[in-house]
Amino acid sequence: MAFWIASSPHNHEQSETSGLMRLVIYATIPGIFAQWYFFGWGNLIHISMAIITALVAEFSILSLRGKKIRPQLLDGSAILTAVLLGISLPALAPWWVTIIGSLFAIVIVKQLYGGLGHNPFNPAMAAYVMLLISFPVQMTQWQPPLSLLAIDLQFSDTLSLIFSGYTPQGYSVEQIRTHVDGFTMATPLDTVKTNITLGLTVVESMESPVIGKHFGIGWEWMNVGFLLGGLFLLTKKAIHWTTPLSFLSSLFICSFIAFILSPDSSASTMFHWFTGATMLGAFFILTDPVSGATSVKGRLVFGALAGLLVYLIRKFGGYPDAVAFAVLLCNMAAPLIDQYTRPRTYGHNVGVKK
Amino acid sequence: MKIDSEYRELAWQGLWKNNPGLVQLLGLCPLLAVTSTVVNALGLGIATMFVLICSNVAVSGVRNWVPKEIRIPIFVLIIAAFVTCVQLLMNAYTYDLYQSLGIFLPLIVTNCAIIGRAEAYASKNPMLQASFDGLMMGLGFLLVLVVLGGIREILGQGTLFDGANLLLGSWATELRVEVYKLDSQFLLAILPPGAFIAMGFLIAGKNVIDNKIAQAKPKQLEQAIERVRVNFES
Repeated sequence: MAFWIASSPHNHEQSETSGLMRLVIYATIPGIFAQWYFFGWGNLIHISMAIITALVAEFSILSLRGKKIRPQLLDGSAILTAVLLGISLPALAPWWVTIIGSLFAIVIVKQLYGGLGHNPFNPAMAAYVMLLISFPVQMTQWQPPLSLLAIDLQFSDTLSLIFSGYTPQGYSVEQIRTHVDGFTMATPLDTVKTNITLGLTVVESMESPVIGKHFGIGWEWMNVGFLLGGLFLLTKKAIHWTTPLSFLSSLFICSFIAFILSPDSSASTMFHWFTGATMLGAFFILTDPVSGATSVKGRLVFGALAGLLVYLIRKFGGYPDAVAFAVLLCNMAAPLIDQYTRPRTYGHNVGVKK
Repeated sequence: MKIDSEYRELAWQGLWKNNPGLVQLLGLCPLLAVTSTVVNALGLGIATMFVLICSNVAVSGVRNWVPKEIRIPIFVLIIAAFVTCVQLLMNAYTYDLYQSLGIFLPLIVTNCAIIGRAEAYASKNPMLQASFDGLMMGLGFLLVLVVLGGIREILGQGTLFDGANLLLGSWATELRVEVYKLDSQFLLAILPPGAFIAMGFLIAGKNVIDNKIAQAKPKQLEQAIERVRVNFES
């Protein structure tokens, strides 16, 4: 009688792509909730439009390529891309921005390169950058938090703003963004950046109404939400701790050095952590297993490079936030990083002097 | 009869099978940089075609006297002379277009499609065929430029033949077609990345058509002798 002996590993876990994607989508919920609570319905509308467009695009391309439609369409990767894109768009951007971005992400960035697992760039961020350089006006009309708005913005108002550019009462996006005192409100990062060019110190910028008590009304809680979601993913072992850790510490170190050197013209370390897209980038975008580095050492380098780039572009670049650009640049660098951080194969190079 | 088939082959190669823009991928720099509108593309395409025909004729004319060792510098000098002519002509008669093409007009000298034809065809063939080859290759390049310019102009600004008066005189202002109204330009299509993406789609489209034609053809018996063809002249 012969025993059937299976080869290792003996302990299986039947995790599938769809399970992982679903977990990541669930983890975005705290952040999206904070976004909804402080900024209203805009991003939820964008997220749902993006999901529908992404699924339609994925379906048509898969059927054109003659692939199995059901498993690939429902593996959640297109939905996750759409969710990430919808989160990053300005809440009151016109509807066609989302449609074009979502189509670009799925058709060009993902499927034309060969589908899930073959895309060199993160689809959501590539689409975001494409939109930002193509439609600079629409993509920088950020909506201030609801508590600062002079006009009460309900679901139907937001819907009408996204689809026609005006609320039913006839307010335009530009009017919505105007403070009671008559100036246009920007994001916290943008405010600080503009004020520095105007000769104001960072401390004076912190007095601005959009910043509130800490690092920006709404933005801080959104980042806390994404941080919570990210920690949830870490405990579930859906993502590896290396990339977020090295990204956040690199950003921390860069902003700390600048803050020590010139506190008047540099925002604090925690301001860099809790405004803009820092936490979303750290836990949900840089950890993309396809377009990032693969080994542990490689991920440390990858995250550190991203942190450095985010800081440099935020501080010296033309755009207020930089996560999308930094992610794309790091995606380009990922193959090179992998080349030089290849882990040692067991039994190789032991005691060999170079 | 033999002459006929040779010309037909030249036209087929220049316009489709060996198209400098879509297949040889030569002269990509002007192809991508100036095709933001149909008129720019047309201007550069005509200039390139003119230079290509003239340089092919000239190179073919002097082919028996040029020493093999220094043929490339001589070809470049000939091409540069014609480019200078085109540049001066455009400066004189279509000044605005000359301004908008900018550096890419003198850069025709470095367009590999031109030196490639001089080296591969004109330096080995009589003047008549060489001039026809120049015409067909230039036309192929011009067509790709115009199609790319059309795609990018429609996507980017929603118009066609915007600024045709720069090339054709003031009557051509009426040629401008507004395909659809855009509140804001789609900048990606106008910027170079859009040119790369559109070019990729054009090449993919050509390959699809070629595949369809190849499938439609009845399969021929495989010949025993095979050799790699580097270029089509032989």
